[in-house]
Amino acid sequence: MTLTLQFVPYSEIEHVSSIGRIKKLLALAKQHKIVLLEGRLRKEEEIELIKTTMEEINKEFRGIELAVIYPGNTVTHDLLQKLKVNMISVLLGDRVGVTIIGPASVVRKVKRDPDKIQLFTHHTLPSAGRRLATLANRLQGKRR
Amino acid sequence: MNPNSTETPKNRIIKEQNIYKVSRNSRNWGRKRSKDTTVLTYLYLPLCGGGSMITKLTKMFSNFFKDLFHSKKHVKLGLYGPPNGGKTTLANRICKDWLGEEMGKVSHIEHETREIQVKEQINIKSGKKELSFSLVDTPGIATKIDYEDFVKKGLKAAEAKKRAKEATKGVIDAIRWLDDMDCVIVVLDATKDPYSQVNITIIGNLAARSIPVLIAANKMDLRKADKDKVAAAFPQYPVACISAKKGTNMEEFYESLFKVAA
Repeated sequence: MTLTLQFVPYSEIEHVSSIGRIKKLLALAKQHKIVLLEGRLRKEEEIELIKTTMEEINKEFRGIELAVIYPGNTVTHDLLQKLKVNMISVLLGDRVGVTIIGPASVVRKVKRDPDKIQLFTHHTLPSAGRRLATLANRLQGKRR
Repeated sequence: MNPNSTETPKNRIIKEQNIYKVSRNSRNWGRKRSKDTTVLTYLYLPLCGGGSMITKLTKMFSNFFKDLFHSKKHVKLGLYGPPNGGKTTLANRICKDWLGEEMGKVSHIEHETREIQVKEQINIKSGKKELSFSLVDTPGIATKIDYEDFVKKGLKAAEAKKRAKEATKGVIDAIRWLDDMDCVIVVLDATKDPYSQVNITIIGNLAARSIPVLIAANKMDLRKADKDKVAAAFPQYPVACISAKKGTNMEEFYESLFKVAA
């Protein structure tokens, strides 16, 4: 089995409407691809994504696994770090962070700590897992 | 006077008189108000956009007097969270404590609650204060629903498919009801990882809608429960550590609820 990781740069969704963004991301997930979106959706879009996913569940499509990682949701007590994170958020907005959307047929579980995401697939795919981790780390590093 | 203006001299005089009378009235605020200045206040306020200020002041005074006399407040209280966190168990506990009856059926199989359930008029008391609310128990919010998971838990295929279909509708309804809530208790299973995206998305959306949130770290009677992890995941929200099943720490839970909802 081949595992496809589809990278979606933020520029591809930047000028698309909320519904358009959700449809685009779900269409990729329905093709059994793991979507790596640069940046994140707005909070209302995240819940809308869940709602639309539920509306589209059928025999083939069982839903998604979703994870968003960005510096703003890491718990820090360091004031300087907080200031830095706020500055980045003001300057870059929703471009900061990475969103991973995996079809439930491929991704069994997503485990996330504030700083890392672990994807557990239905099949053992060590090389794909490594590729995904490297790509996610690279994207996070680029933003920092 | 601007020759292009549609303002007639008569209108201009009325406007000027209104401004004058209102400003005079504002100096004498709290003293005797004549009937005509009240009318003129209403005439003047839309001109300077002061309507919203009056509304805010009215609300402020109304809240002040409500607090002063500990009057009852009616809120729509929602129970949200991932499936099997113990929402219905908590709803049953609240209903048992204050109404003496249960609200819904619970099960170890996920998505037992697949329809919104509302219990009207629950009154809880703490000292001199009283809180009246409608309790809304919602289906657990999930990003995936697979009927095979229900088959693995012992359901027959047809029953599992029906349950899965109803569960998807339940999630959609729960999301739709989010806007109607005045206050929400997010019920989390304290034995599980609190950093799940569903939890973060629910809480993030409540924050975006400025809905007050109380986090109930449930199942504290279980050995694996970790209240510190839940509190560390959402440091900006109050966390009540409870066991809805055993009724542990419910006093503290109601006190926290008062602080958040009242």
